[in-house]
Amino acid sequence: MPLFNKTPDFNFMGPRRQATGLSVILIVASLAALGFRGLNFGVEFTGGVLLEVGYETAVDLESVRGVLAEEGYENPSVQFFGAATDVLVRLPPVTDAEEGANLGEQAFVALQARDPAVELRRVEFVGPQVGEDLREQGGLAMLFALIMIFAYVMLRFRWKFAAGAIAALVHDVLITLGFFSVTGLTFDLSVLAALLAVIGYSLNDTIVIFDRIRENFRLIRRGSAVNIINTSINQTLARTVITGITTLLVLVALLLLGGNTVYGFSVALIAGVLIGTYSSIYVASSAALALDVSPTDLVPPKREEADEMP
Amino acid sequence: MNRYPRWLNWLVLFVILAGSLLALPNIYGVDAGVHVTRPDANPLQESTLGQIETILDEEEIGFVSAVLEDDAGLVRFANEADQQRANALLRERMPNHIVALTLVPRTPGWLAALGFEPMNLGLDLRGGVHFLYQVDLDTAVQQFLGTYEASLRTQLREAGIRNRVQVEGDTLLVPIIDGGDLDEVERMIRGLDEAGALQLVDRLIVDRVNFDEGSGFRVQLADTLLRERQDFAIQQNTTTLRNRVNELGVAEPVVQRQGLDRILIQLPGVQDPAQAERILGATATLEFRLVDTENNAYDAQERGRAPLGSELYQDTGSLPVLLRREVIVTGDQITDATSGYDQGQPAVFVNLDSSGANRMLDTTSQNLGRPMAVLFIEETPELVERNGEQIIETVSDETVINQATIQGVFSSRFRITGLTPFEAQDLALLLRAGALATPIFKIEERTIGPSLGQDNINQGRLAIIVGFLAVVAFMAVYYRIFGLVANLALFANLVLIVALLSLLQAALTLPGIAGIVLTVGMAVDANVLIFERIREELRNGNSPQASIRAGYEKAFSTIADANITTLIAATVLFTLGTGPIKGFAVTLGLGIMTSMFTSIIGTRAVVNLIYGGRHQVQRLAIGGNV
Repeated sequence: MPLFNKTPDFNFMGPRRQATGLSVILIVASLAALGFRGLNFGVEFTGGVLLEVGYETAVDLESVRGVLAEEGYENPSVQFFGAATDVLVRLPPVTDAEEGANLGEQAFVALQARDPAVELRRVEFVGPQVGEDLREQGGLAMLFALIMIFAYVMLRFRWKFAAGAIAALVHDVLITLGFFSVTGLTFDLSVLAALLAVIGYSLNDTIVIFDRIRENFRLIRRGSAVNIINTSINQTLARTVITGITTLLVLVALLLLGGNTVYGFSVALIAGVLIGTYSSIYVASSAALALDVSPTDLVPPKREEADEMP
Repeated sequence: MNRYPRWLNWLVLFVILAGSLLALPNIYGVDAGVHVTRPDANPLQESTLGQIETILDEEEIGFVSAVLEDDAGLVRFANEADQQRANALLRERMPNHIVALTLVPRTPGWLAALGFEPMNLGLDLRGGVHFLYQVDLDTAVQQFLGTYEASLRTQLREAGIRNRVQVEGDTLLVPIIDGGDLDEVERMIRGLDEAGALQLVDRLIVDRVNFDEGSGFRVQLADTLLRERQDFAIQQNTTTLRNRVNELGVAEPVVQRQGLDRILIQLPGVQDPAQAERILGATATLEFRLVDTENNAYDAQERGRAPLGSELYQDTGSLPVLLRREVIVTGDQITDATSGYDQGQPAVFVNLDSSGANRMLDTTSQNLGRPMAVLFIEETPELVERNGEQIIETVSDETVINQATIQGVFSSRFRITGLTPFEAQDLALLLRAGALATPIFKIEERTIGPSLGQDNINQGRLAIIVGFLAVVAFMAVYYRIFGLVANLALFANLVLIVALLSLLQAALTLPGIAGIVLTVGMAVDANVLIFERIREELRNGNSPQASIRAGYEKAFSTIADANITTLIAATVLFTLGTGPIKGFAVTLGLGIMTSMFTSIIGTRAVVNLIYGGRHQVQRLAIGGNV
């Protein structure tokens, strides 16, 4: 199957200004969405109660909502979960710890009184303070991961490339968040984990390209930075595409077959892998180019000394 | 020529074989089982096992085997229906044993003897309940200061110093009226922390301040003492919760401290979170007191005030009861409690320790013919908002559950009636397990029904298989022989991940499965990098053998860089993440490490075996027209 018979020769860096424009538009749109719409946080982050119940036959959401309203539950969010027999109920947090703790079971008893065949599949209760802790911890994890990665890339490539890599990561995370904000998909803990996996994946991609750029800077002494970067992206293009395909293959399998619990996780990763592939070509490389990279920015310090010897 | 040193080939072979052996227990599956233990932690006798077998035989419930394992009886069943029936039956027939549902691995004896076990499934895969409790440390400190308050008040009274000692939050206020000897008082205060005084360290912060009533002191606990008291409160609660969990009858429960003030409890297989919670969170205890028969309880209720020396309570029918202030015996002095029936009425049979027994003997012999009451005390924490801050307040619910005339003298053994059968069971259990030193409240709960757990396993397995086959097919078509080698490595990688998870006994969760799936997709990346390099070298006109060598060598640093950064992300997830995130981080991290081994060293060994020995290799079957 000849996908790439010979090394392709696309001028990736040619439309880099347009690409930058596109990225800026996407980032601004994401920030706007996050600012105005925010994220649809899952129970883990907001605190509250989540109840998943399974009926034997398809059920009408209005009737479920009706039962809960009769029992005095305020603003329950009731939605189907994958099938017309599975219903997900979310109840907002309450201040009374004891009452909140038993809300899920009480709601289930109410539903069971109406239809004894209903089956309790899952209850999650998260106290308000836990939610707060998790939000803090999640943000901290993200920040910490970025710092560690920046340090590692600095160590291996010097700062201009580290800046490029981080720019690409921030780009990916922001746009994926924006995607979740616009679609209103639930942002839960598994999505956060997926986001960190996206960081790992996107960086993986970026580093493969950077490694090649570094190698080519050493090999091709005469080429301009733009040419060398173009060549490097082309040389690694086959790998970028194929790894993207294999990763997407398993993610689609997970999305279609893994069940509802990993749905958000799969969506976040699919979006992230697509954005990450684009960003390692355009954002990371363009950023490095914009910072005016030269061979000395790539080669670790010791080598640099060797290069400068007459 | 491309040849690996012989030892490296042996290493690859050894790792794969060891991995396969470790992963092997996972293919046998599990039996539904019932686990029977004694509540006193003594080993179960062979005769009890015989008794279990007889009970099951009598009711014609078929079982696969019944053995003694780790001091417990373990009965395996062919299906869940039999397991459920047996569970209900054994609970009924063996009331003095703890009967729990469990899943027993079908690992063959020789593997088990080597210490190899299958992976440990997380709650989201096997079903069960997860609770996170927060220990109310403020109350713990307050309670501790309460003991200082009582001790100091006695000392001051004996010294004839008038005072208004009281606890306020985390501070002990000691106002001294009419200019008592303040130096003397300060010495008394410093002597309160006896352990600290013995070690000649000052663990109290004592400030001299002026109160409305006169001069005095403000006493607070220094950090070391504060931390000691907090640790103590948490440890004691953890022990009590562990006792309660054991009483509940759960196989393989987890009770562990998390962070500064939290306790995590996981109960696999428990399907009724409400019951588990009633037992775990309960702070019920008992007090035995004499009933005040000299005053009229209804008058006291009307006045809203109890006469001196008595307190006003209500019984289960909301009728007023006056009890003497003095407590004869408290729940702490109960050493054993069992529930049962007494003359057709549900009852709790209680054993007292020696000090309790003496008090009871004295009281009953002096008060023959008078009524004694059992006061049931339950404390429930409530989160209330005050001045915009959320504070936990403990609300005490006290009810007289039983009043009976003292018919005869008794001491260490007696019974309590006046409860429903369920209440009797719960109360006996709580009295056995001990009281919670400090109130706790639930801040997180996750209950996964058994059917959802099984669904999660099935869906996860299917996603792995389909994802794996899709990648395998793609690689084989795209890279031909080399693709097959990569697929071999991918399979070895899966085996190694399972092997490591079995070895570490880290719980496999659904996000963990997602991590494995993701690893399957990303693990081939290393091979893609190598193979693309080899193709490139071939295109540049290099010989096949040189291309293989160059491909592996040049791709290595890229692979290492790329994997290390993902490993960083996984490590951060592992350190900062909780529960489900940790599960994902573990499999992702393990997957990266095993994939480095299989896709670099492993594939190289196989490629060398295929091509390395040949002198004349004209073409490599690596796909692409090269």
